[in-house]
Amino acid sequence: MASDYPEILQKLCHHLKQLTGPDVEILPQTDLINQLAIDSVKLLNLIMEIEDEFDISVPINALADVQTVQELANLIHQIKSAKQ
Amino acid sequence: MSLLDKLDTVAAARKALLPEGIDVFGTPIEEVYSSTEAKIGGRRILFLGTNNYLGLTFAAECLQAAHAAIDSEGTGTTGSRMANGSYSGHRALERELADFYHCQSCIVFTTGYQANLATISGLAGTGDVVLIDGDSHASIYDGCRLSGAEIIRFRHNDMADLDKRLRRLGERSRSTLIIAEGIYSMLGDRAPLADIVRLKNTYNSILLLDEAHSLGVLGQTGQGLVEETGLISDVDFITGTFSKSLGGIGGYCASNHPQLDQLRYVSRPYIFTASPTPATIASTRAALKLLHDGIELRQQLWKNVHQLYSRLHKLGYQLGPEPSPVIAILLDTPQQALMLWKGLLEHGIYVNLILPPAAPDGKSLVRCSVSAVHTSEQMDYVGQSFAELRDSIFQ
Repeated sequence: MASDYPEILQKLCHHLKQLTGPDVEILPQTDLINQLAIDSVKLLNLIMEIEDEFDISVPINALADVQTVQELANLIHQIKSAKQ
Repeated sequence: MSLLDKLDTVAAARKALLPEGIDVFGTPIEEVYSSTEAKIGGRRILFLGTNNYLGLTFAAECLQAAHAAIDSEGTGTTGSRMANGSYSGHRALERELADFYHCQSCIVFTTGYQANLATISGLAGTGDVVLIDGDSHASIYDGCRLSGAEIIRFRHNDMADLDKRLRRLGERSRSTLIIAEGIYSMLGDRAPLADIVRLKNTYNSILLLDEAHSLGVLGQTGQGLVEETGLISDVDFITGTFSKSLGGIGGYCASNHPQLDQLRYVSRPYIFTASPTPATIASTRAALKLLHDGIELRQQLWKNVHQLYSRLHKLGYQLGPEPSPVIAILLDTPQQALMLWKGLLEHGIYVNLILPPAAPDGKSLVRCSVSAVHTSEQMDYVGQSFAELRDSIFQ
């Protein structure tokens, strides 16, 4: 995994904590919907925040394969790498 | 989790949120008296959530046309236009809608939902991008999904945000379909069309405007936001529905692009759906004439809108950002919204209840739809009912 992956994960967790509150533990394998109770609309709004954070476009169709924090971080990393 | 277990989870979530004994999302309507009144729970109830903006569901011209069409052409077409052919009414309505918008062509669909599904999935495909407002209707989201194009959202009515997202796309903005709505169904606000047109021209994109809630409501002849803003020639595709101001069911897409007609051969929701019934087409044609000539109806509609919006505003309710026939009351919790919805029904007023995640920004909505045929006394009674319920909602 490229060197900016930890930074992506860290920033993603920061955005997730805005939704869940600071006391919720977020790990790479945490399930976004079942464990963090992020509903579909909150997830779509989170994607817009992420797009702005990393200056990328994240098609919401790509979220069909995303369940965990790690999978979302991987998607961001993949899009970011393709752009560079 | 099994397929059926998933539905049990949905049932449990609904039960936790909604009280027993009230079917909020499937209210039985026992009898319909007029465009604005019905019997619910054995009582006479005022309709204030039906999108019947011009009150045409009982217009004599529409009833007569529908009756005559049933007598002459039967109850249904029993198949799609591709397989079973187009009735003269289908073709006539398409010509009349094209004339109404002064544009080259129009396609009629069986529902408004399908109009968006068919148009979006026919225009965009794999490798393309659709850029949609965050508050878009479900039919737009579903049309985008069906298209296979990449779906990007911009923040609701935020033009700096749309600009930023178009810029990020680079050269791909040329194969991007931007989608906005004349009046948004959740908060009742208009799209900033002049700014959207400026951006679509800057980035060489294509623009689709859904006039579902603005047809019949905005503009001198009721074309919608395109007419109110004078920007019809800058909008590439206009979609809309027959189920609101036109009082029927169905939808359309109108455009000056000659390629529009090719959707008939590539768009699955058009190809594989039975065509609209003769009665639906006939009543819609009659309603379109009334809508076009309905300047007084629009004046009365807007008078009612301003009367109710200003009353609710003075009462301190948090409302959508501008007066429109969709008047949304925003509440912080589903419990408050449910209490207001129930209280209004007890006062003999039927409105829409919208709970998260369907409502924007985690809010809950009680949504009123104002009609031209509501009387001033009815609007006054609605205002009085909201006044009586206010303290119990916000205690």
